[in-house]
Amino acid sequence: MKRHWLSVTALALTSTALVSAPALAAPTKFEFWYGLSGDLSEKVQQMCKDFNASQTDFEIVCTSQDDYDTNLQNTIAAYRADKQPTIAQIHDAGTLDLMLSGAYMPVRQLMEENGYKIDWSNYFSGIASYFSTSKGELLSMPFNSSTAVIYYNTDALAKIGQPLPQTWEEVETAARAMKAAGYDCPVAFDPTGVWQWFEQFSAIHNQPIATNGNGFGGLNAELVFNRGKFVDQLTWIKKMYDEGLFVHKSKAAGETANDAFEHGHCQITSSSVADHGTFSKLADPTVHWTNTMLPVWAGTDRKNSLVGGASLWTLKGKSPEEYKGAAAFYAFIATPKQAEWWSTVTGYIPVTNTGFEAMKAKGFYDAAPYKGRELAIQSLTFTPPTENTRGIRLGNYVQIRKEVGDAIAAVLFNNVPVQEALDTAVEHGNAVLRKFEKTYQGAQLP
Amino acid sequence: MERRAYYRKNSLPWLLLAPQLLLVLIFFYWPTTQALYWAFTLEQPWGGGNSWAGVDNFLAVFADDRYWTTVLRSGFYAVVSTALSMAGALILALFADRALKGTGLIKGIFIWPYAIAAPAAGVAFRFMFSPEAGLIGAINKLWPGIWDPSTIGWHALLMVIVCHAWLGIGYNFVFFLAALQGIPRSLTEAGAMDGARPFRRMLDLQLPLIAPTTFFLFIINIISSFTDSFGLIDTMTEGGPIGATTVMVYKIYFDGFKGLDYSGAAAQSIVLMIIVIALTFIQFKWVERKIHYS
Repeated sequence: MKRHWLSVTALALTSTALVSAPALAAPTKFEFWYGLSGDLSEKVQQMCKDFNASQTDFEIVCTSQDDYDTNLQNTIAAYRADKQPTIAQIHDAGTLDLMLSGAYMPVRQLMEENGYKIDWSNYFSGIASYFSTSKGELLSMPFNSSTAVIYYNTDALAKIGQPLPQTWEEVETAARAMKAAGYDCPVAFDPTGVWQWFEQFSAIHNQPIATNGNGFGGLNAELVFNRGKFVDQLTWIKKMYDEGLFVHKSKAAGETANDAFEHGHCQITSSSVADHGTFSKLADPTVHWTNTMLPVWAGTDRKNSLVGGASLWTLKGKSPEEYKGAAAFYAFIATPKQAEWWSTVTGYIPVTNTGFEAMKAKGFYDAAPYKGRELAIQSLTFTPPTENTRGIRLGNYVQIRKEVGDAIAAVLFNNVPVQEALDTAVEHGNAVLRKFEKTYQGAQLP
Repeated sequence: MERRAYYRKNSLPWLLLAPQLLLVLIFFYWPTTQALYWAFTLEQPWGGGNSWAGVDNFLAVFADDRYWTTVLRSGFYAVVSTALSMAGALILALFADRALKGTGLIKGIFIWPYAIAAPAAGVAFRFMFSPEAGLIGAINKLWPGIWDPSTIGWHALLMVIVCHAWLGIGYNFVFFLAALQGIPRSLTEAGAMDGARPFRRMLDLQLPLIAPTTFFLFIINIISSFTDSFGLIDTMTEGGPIGATTVMVYKIYFDGFKGLDYSGAAAQSIVLMIIVIALTFIQFKWVERKIHYS
């Protein structure tokens, strides 16, 4: 014990000596707040450490705020109190809120002012269009981009002797066969998974969620998803749920859809391709799985899926040195080596054409555990973006997502008729949009 | 008879009051004024502009039938959780009052739940009540689907109310026990000599004599259920399923912080504030003044 204390004292003395030694010019510190937790948060921390080790001028301080919503809330609160971080990670649904906030510095301007030459046309068009002005100027730095895919337990598929389903018809057949073969939960379903079950469905089936090209044309967009194919889709989901082929899995139910899939309790699930890395790491060793692009209904002229995930916004009101640091950080994460590392350890897709081609050329996608991730890019770039697949540019979209989630839950759990539930969601969602429009009266979409 | 202290200098009382006033000003009046201002304007979430909206925000809130459902639900929540919590505490206190030996220890044990932060209790209860894995969920093994707060609204509401009541029992217990022990022994002894059994004594003696405490606790519990339910609901159900556990305070949180509708949330919080002020007013005006048995 005594020895231990001695060594601690010795350590303390040496560190004091180190500190008091004439230091080099202290690096400029700046903050980065992000909304990832768990395994993904550790990867971000690793990235920050690598950035700090790669140079001596700047020191990035990275803070996890647990999830996207909390990060947005805290960033807004901090911004209003003039204590904002230099960089904030904002998810897809918050893009329009940021665009109209006037609280950011466009990434293109930031990089130009700090002397970085970036080939902006190199970014995947689907990603660029989501975060760009109508003139094509990128406002935030693409960072963790993903799209939704569907995951299958291959053992269960082998047991029923069916190839990988590519259409919803085949999913239905497979689910029925799995049930007959004794699997309690063929498809895991969480009604709060609005992003994969509703938004992505609408995009690949080329259905508008709102008028004005999902809001890209202006703030007076109106929701119309109660009149498209999603009505039939929800009717089908309800049928599947009532037959026990779709099974409710959520945090409240005791097991999330992802957990149920990882442990082999459910055989099919749909979620972000970012979970590809998580499944590789956390799935039980006895669970064998693979993924495909999201299914479509047979005969559908498939379109590209929507980009999900988040991008990095540079906030106003910081010093030129901090902006220099932010620019250096963006340049760092855009280096091919760094981009490849990030994509490898997480499952998020590479955001540039050259990044993707380089990884493909290396044979990254040819074998497990990374095989299957290229399907996300195939899905994202399946067709050039249409009016309905560019993205979603609706104000306070988080509220609208909740309305849709509640509508799905009401249909499933309370037997509310599909049309009635979706009409209600549209009505309440439109009220949200009108209020947003009024709050930003006279504002133009950038 | 009135007694008053006079200070020679006027500044001294103000100086003595200053720390408290400052706290109240910073943590109550300032945010309240802010909310009041937002409630009558359309506030942009990032700052940078707002426009006068008059009473539009209030009209929008009142015109929404789901808001009234939330208000009714909050009232139901308040009454049921208060009744459960107070009844539970009173029964425990009556028993603890009879067995005077070891009351100190029992008091200590019963007040513990009050020291548990609502979110922590929420997490624990969520696991216990979880339909698939929980202790209570085990009955699903016998009768599949009989208990499922993740899809059945009233199950979820019941779960949150029970948890809220449990958290409040300790606090209520201590007040009830103190009140019961404050009853002069001569009264209960006289009752006993007249042949009143313990149950009769409770009905005719003890309950009327602790009425002031009961009314005090009633108001405090109601107010607390309006404001403190947030921590529980946020960890246990997040207002769901399908809004079945969304009470007024949770709706304010969701609309304001998640939905970024600052003005709508501000208008709702003004309404909630008025309700709480009204209850507090009742408490001071009537309950504290008029109920005396000493």
